Amino acid sequence: MTQESAITPEMKAAIGIESDPVTHDVEKGAIIKFAEAIGDTNPIFNDEVAARKSRYGGMVAPPTFLRSMSAGPLKVDFKSPYSANLDGGSEWEYFEPIRPGDRITVTTMIADLYERAGRLGNMLFLVRETKYVNQFGNAVAKQRTTGISYQPPEDE
Amino acid sequence: MAEQVYFEDVEEGMAIPTLRKDPTTQQLVKYAGASGDYYQIHYDLGYARNNGLPDVILHGALKNAFLGQVMTDFAGEWGTLKKLSVQYRGMDIPGTPIYGKGVIKKKYQQDDENIVECEIWLEDHEGKRTTPGYAVAALPERGD
Repeated sequence: MTQESAITPEMKAAIGIESDPVTHDVEKGAIIKFAEAIGDTNPIFNDEVAARKSRYGGMVAPPTFLRSMSAGPLKVDFKSPYSANLDGGSEWEYFEPIRPGDRITVTTMIADLYERAGRLGNMLFLVRETKYVNQFGNAVAKQRTTGISYQPPEDE
Repeated sequence: MAEQVYFEDVEEGMAIPTLRKDPTTQQLVKYAGASGDYYQIHYDLGYARNNGLPDVILHGALKNAFLGQVMTDFAGEWGTLKKLSVQYRGMDIPGTPIYGKGVIKKKYQQDDENIVECEIWLEDHEGKRTTPGYAVAALPERGD
């Protein structure tokens, strides 16, 4: 089966160009709300009094809390030809704990772009790399995500 | 907090404690609010169906969070999660239980750290692995 590529030269040119940075304040209440939403009752994510006695000396954020902090829009015009999107996966690397009161600066870029035929027709895979840096200039985490976009099937 | 696991106590091939989750549509709405991911396929059934999906589906990132908890529960207060990767191969829908599981694949010391590499995954109530993953953690030693 051959099919024209959905990847245009303009889309390819967007690879490697960083977004504007956006800085987020880490609020204790937001960490607790996130831990509650994922159903994680670990005291280091929920209870400042208990967390004071822990190794960390206070609350820290659960590993995927950074999903609540987005980067700015890409500096290039990038649009998938397909209207529906799915999340394909994430790869995280962690370097330092994230604490209430931290200021986290987030930047992202498109790292790779490829397409494959799947059960929903031609699927476009968009790999992004997102960096998270704290107020001391230290990288706290990196996330590599794969987004999948596709054309929703027509109504029968 | 649960009892601390130590590097000396684990072996390659050993299972990580299973984490059961019972996601509901309410949890998906809470996760949407807490994460800022308001994509409608996670809470609007009509929207999900128009996108070719059978039902509203769990956020991939919520499943990622479940697997993060598998690892932070296992590694304990004195363990440190260093890497966490997940792939969303199958969709999961609210209303049925989901199980986070794992097994230790490798155990070694590197740069003064006690490293364990783990295969982790989410399994649906029929035993199907919808979300395979991999994680690396550092564990404390007894007498540290």
